Amino acid sequence: MSDAIVTLDHVTFGYDRRVILSDISMAFPRGKVIAIMGGSGCGKTTLLRLIGGVLTPSKGRISFDGTPVDARDRESLYALRRRMGMLFQFGALFTDLTVFDNVAFPLSEHTTLPPPMIRDLVLMKLNAVGLRGAAQLKPADLSGGMARRVALARAIALDPDLIMYDEPFAGLDPISLGVAANLIRRLNDATGATSLVVSHDVKECFLISDYVYVISGGRIVGHGTPAEVQASDDPEVRQFIRGEPDGPVRFHYPARGYGEDLGLRA
Amino acid sequence: MTASDLLPTLGRVALSNLRGMGRSAFFLVEMLKQLPPTLLRFHLVAAQIHAIGNRSLVIIAASGLAVGFVLALQGYYTLSRYGAAESLGLMVALSLVRELGPVVTGLLFAGRAGTSLTAEIGLMKAGEQLAAMEMMAVDPKGRVLAPRFLAGIIAMPLLAAIFSAVGILGGYVVGVLMLGIDPGAFWSQMQSGVDVWDDVGNGVIKSVVFGVACTFVALYQGYEAAATPEGVAQATTRTVVVSSLAVLGLDFVLTALMFSAPH
Amino acid sequence: MGRKAMETLVGGFVLLGTLAVVFLALKAANLTSFNAGPTYTLTASFDNIGGLKVRAPVKSAGVTVGRVTAISLDPKTFQGTVTMQLDQRMQFPDDTSAKILTAGLLGDQYLGLEPGGSDQNLNDGGRIKMTQSAVVLENLIGQFLYNRAAEGGAEKK
Repeated sequence: MSDAIVTLDHVTFGYDRRVILSDISMAFPRGKVIAIMGGSGCGKTTLLRLIGGVLTPSKGRISFDGTPVDARDRESLYALRRRMGMLFQFGALFTDLTVFDNVAFPLSEHTTLPPPMIRDLVLMKLNAVGLRGAAQLKPADLSGGMARRVALARAIALDPDLIMYDEPFAGLDPISLGVAANLIRRLNDATGATSLVVSHDVKECFLISDYVYVISGGRIVGHGTPAEVQASDDPEVRQFIRGEPDGPVRFHYPARGYGEDLGLRA
Repeated sequence: MTASDLLPTLGRVALSNLRGMGRSAFFLVEMLKQLPPTLLRFHLVAAQIHAIGNRSLVIIAASGLAVGFVLALQGYYTLSRYGAAESLGLMVALSLVRELGPVVTGLLFAGRAGTSLTAEIGLMKAGEQLAAMEMMAVDPKGRVLAPRFLAGIIAMPLLAAIFSAVGILGGYVVGVLMLGIDPGAFWSQMQSGVDVWDDVGNGVIKSVVFGVACTFVALYQGYEAAATPEGVAQATTRTVVVSSLAVLGLDFVLTALMFSAPH
Repeated sequence: MGRKAMETLVGGFVLLGTLAVVFLALKAANLTSFNAGPTYTLTASFDNIGGLKVRAPVKSAGVTVGRVTAISLDPKTFQGTVTMQLDQRMQFPDDTSAKILTAGLLGDQYLGLEPGGSDQNLNDGGRIKMTQSAVVLENLIGQFLYNRAAEGGAEKK
């Protein structure tokens, strides 16, 4: 059995003529925190969707723990998804249910555990994210950071082998940021799961990840441990890591000459 | 747009409309397939009946009463001219049970419950709740949409019956209590003229059909809405327009089938 | 809101709706008039059944005793055969006559039974022999005009 829980094998994906990912090959080792980083629109979220079977690659294969991820085989796909947990960017909590019911949802839908046991499990998961006291609140009563933590508790309710985080740090205040990063790392180590973090927050990702991929223009432009990526020579990687306004990713959107636009004669 | 652009554009529009109709047909089939398993989880349906049915009670009852009042008033003046004022009960009852009950309830349902369904589903889509459910290996069509579909089909005939019943009572209040028609004549004319199967029964069938149509349109529009505020707003507008047209169109077809063939 | 409270409200709504349907069926329509009880079948043939429809009432002395269940054309005699079901408790002598009458001036048509004086009663499947067809308005008007024309002609002579 290979060491990788998820493998992408020469995966290409695009809409009509727009190519979003081209010839991507990755292998995510078990038990590690892997960060996938890149500028906006580079295809990071698309990667998560491909792994989750929401999108189907135009070329190439994706497998989860040896089983191919195939959107056409509903049963097999659902079986795979039960072993994955996904944290959406803004939580995606069910707004008509309480925090408790949200976390209990996967348990009550997929298991036949008796209610008292479900209750204990839910409280344990909420405790892991520090929100056991908020069990009876509704999502509307929660702050952004709290909502995301509840969503995390929900994502780990079935103790998945793979946890995917879609921009977990976006828009959080420094305290929530610290909490989130801390949680991701601790949960990963405590449960032995593999965590995929899609983000463009360089500082936090480097702090908690074991391995980093940098994607730009649908291709992998750099990968390695955080230290290796930090020291990379590749100009695209350097622009991204250092946050330089101009480089391979241009500052100016393509336009005709400035003088021409202002109507100045040469 | 030049003339040479017109034909391809028309073709594109026609094709995309055709595709849309095909998708909605698939959607309807999916919904119908999900009905039997949904019956097993009836508490989900019950929650939706509350949201759709109970919450519409006030507007349905109020409208029914108002329509009953007006029918009696208008009917009285017309019938009196032919010395047939005693048939007012019959006229009010037939108008309500055959037509106004199912149709007006359908239109009100489309406006009140239909838009609320569309907005709810559209916002769930925009907030990625449906995608999250999919990722948790739970089919949102079965968990979120089907209970609402079944609830709409159950609630509509009940609402239409309440509308007609309240309307008849309203007609009684105006006709007998205010205009002085003999109460005995009011009820007996009605009872001898309104047939249980042909009139009440057909009215119930109509309201079930309208319930299916309105709920289906509302759910489909919400499910297909663009995940933006404008998208949801447009979807709710479309729900009202399409549902209302569907109710009126189906009413014509059903009336032709039910009431024109002499037995 | 608690689950129990909500379920109670939903139950209340369904109950209200069902009551409305029952109200419509009973108070507004003709469900209660003549449904229960055993029935027996009789037939009668008419030259013209006029506007008589299936499910029209069968009345005697103005009281509803049954319903028309079927209307067909006899291919041999070219008469309209009306089949009806009557309440078992109402027995009619075998010289009863059947007429097609109109409720009011322009109302629906119904079947009226006038009992004869015989000792024998009609049994299940029996035939009413004496029948009077419906009054067809056109024939009546035609006859009236013909009579007027004849009178006018007679006066001139």
